[in-house]
Amino acid sequence: MNITDVENLANLARIELSEVEKKELLSDMKGILDYVKQIEEVNLPKAGFDRPVKARLWHANNVWREDKLEPRDFSKELILEQFPDKQDGFLKVKKIL
Amino acid sequence: MSIDLKNLTIAKARKALDGKVFSAVQLAQAYLDEMKKKNKELNAYLEVYSDILEQAKTADEMIAKGESYPLLGIPVAIKDNILIKGRVASSASKILENYTASYDATVIAKLKREGVVFLGRTNMDEFALGGSTENSAFGVTKNPHDITRVAGGTSGGSAVAVSAGLALAALGSDTGGSIREPSAFCGVVGLKPTYGAVSRSGLMAATSSFDCIGPIAKTVEDTEVIFNVIKGSDVLDSTSIEVESYKVHKVIKSESKKIIGIPSDLINQEGIDLKVKENFKESVKNLESLGYSIVDIKLPNCIALYYIINFAEVSTNLARFDGVRYGTHKDGKNLLGDYLLSRGTGFGKESRRRILLGAYVLSAGYYDAYYGKAQRAREALKQEFKELFSKIDFVLTPTSPIPAWKIGEKSDPLSMYLVDIFTCTANIVGVPAISVPSGFMEINGKQLPLGIQFMAPHGGEKSLFEIGKKFEGIQIEP
Repeated sequence: MNITDVENLANLARIELSEVEKKELLSDMKGILDYVKQIEEVNLPKAGFDRPVKARLWHANNVWREDKLEPRDFSKELILEQFPDKQDGFLKVKKIL
Repeated sequence: MSIDLKNLTIAKARKALDGKVFSAVQLAQAYLDEMKKKNKELNAYLEVYSDILEQAKTADEMIAKGESYPLLGIPVAIKDNILIKGRVASSASKILENYTASYDATVIAKLKREGVVFLGRTNMDEFALGGSTENSAFGVTKNPHDITRVAGGTSGGSAVAVSAGLALAALGSDTGGSIREPSAFCGVVGLKPTYGAVSRSGLMAATSSFDCIGPIAKTVEDTEVIFNVIKGSDVLDSTSIEVESYKVHKVIKSESKKIIGIPSDLINQEGIDLKVKENFKESVKNLESLGYSIVDIKLPNCIALYYIINFAEVSTNLARFDGVRYGTHKDGKNLLGDYLLSRGTGFGKESRRRILLGAYVLSAGYYDAYYGKAQRAREALKQEFKELFSKIDFVLTPTSPIPAWKIGEKSDPLSMYLVDIFTCTANIVGVPAISVPSGFMEINGKQLPLGIQFMAPHGGEKSLFEIGKKFEGIQIEP
């Protein structure tokens, strides 16, 4: 892992970092990743645990509810109030293209 | 009138309120007075609500009408990551400093129906990432037993509020020990319920597959009272369940001895404080004298597994805080600039660290080696626990390998992660666990509380309350 990796990850995560912060993060992350790497040595004892996660999660149950409208306790006013910028009850953001 | 807050429990307060010994307003006023005296120094509350006495008045009116619920008029503190409609909920983060909740968390709706008096929102590690409440954007919370030491975390404010007599009980949240560890450090009782036993609707997500809301209180009985009010499946949280739906496996016939398993390999390794080990041995002896049989079991060290999944889910969950719809917004030269600045200035150090680590373990080249492997190991561990709990009734460990440390002492983030060694396992497999005070250890003339942790199979809260009550019955003051 090097400073470019930190920059790439920070860009992906949309977080602006100063040069000092990048260096600090690099050293912290190296130490932490070195530690969690021991997951490689975990033996998976039973047959079946070497399958991809998705295949195992197929055993999970779906949770269903009736397809009917139920009133929810959301306050539209409180949501609108907190928009950083708005116009005619809509959220206003900078142009995307 | 003066109310003996030090020895007050929910059970005692219920009797006194129903018997008109004191009113909910008088009780709330007593806590307000304590908060005025102590909160500035301890920093347990980020905000003390201005309408406490009005809430208490409403509770008194309900009592006058003859209504009685277990928590009617009981003053409770709420962790800052649980939403109360119309009130600020900041998760102790700059990015949500002025965020006002637009709905009630399910647990809050349930407490409101009971007529609970909400005292305020308590300090925590930002977005519930940490183990000492030092990661709060609004200052550290101090341990009332020694104010140069941490309260534990992430629910440090809630544990201190209860321990210092600034609330009769509190709600916290537990992702890898965040209710149990501060409870142990502050000498109070903390319950992490079975995953899904309490609805997470309205709890700000840290690691969705680990997070649980639970009570912090002075006695096991008090945590039981709160748990019984807040539990239950909820249409707003598809992972919630009725705890009763788990068939609690009875190991052997009820008249024979219950069996406690102790992972001695894990407890006897380096890094566990000698006095913690001594205290633990003493606790084991006490449990034997209470009629439990003790067996040795093997448990793996799960810290690597825990943190890989934690980073991955935290990184995903914190992606929603972008300054677009609510929270801190910083203007850049374009939309991307807005994101970079809002998130760059809004998140604290530990949040940023975990977001980047999560992005790393989830990235295409490393996914299989880290996240994929961790998920498979998690499934294997669940299976291991299933087999374990077919032979024993409880797993017992110290709650934390060390007592509360000096504020600022642990500057290396990894060293703080290692403190979760005994607590994170319950979150990985989803079983309930309770931390109960087990005595004190002396450092530099100060008595620091210690705690032990019982784990039970899924849906086994009842047996945790039972053993917890028996154990606290033999506790001695320092």
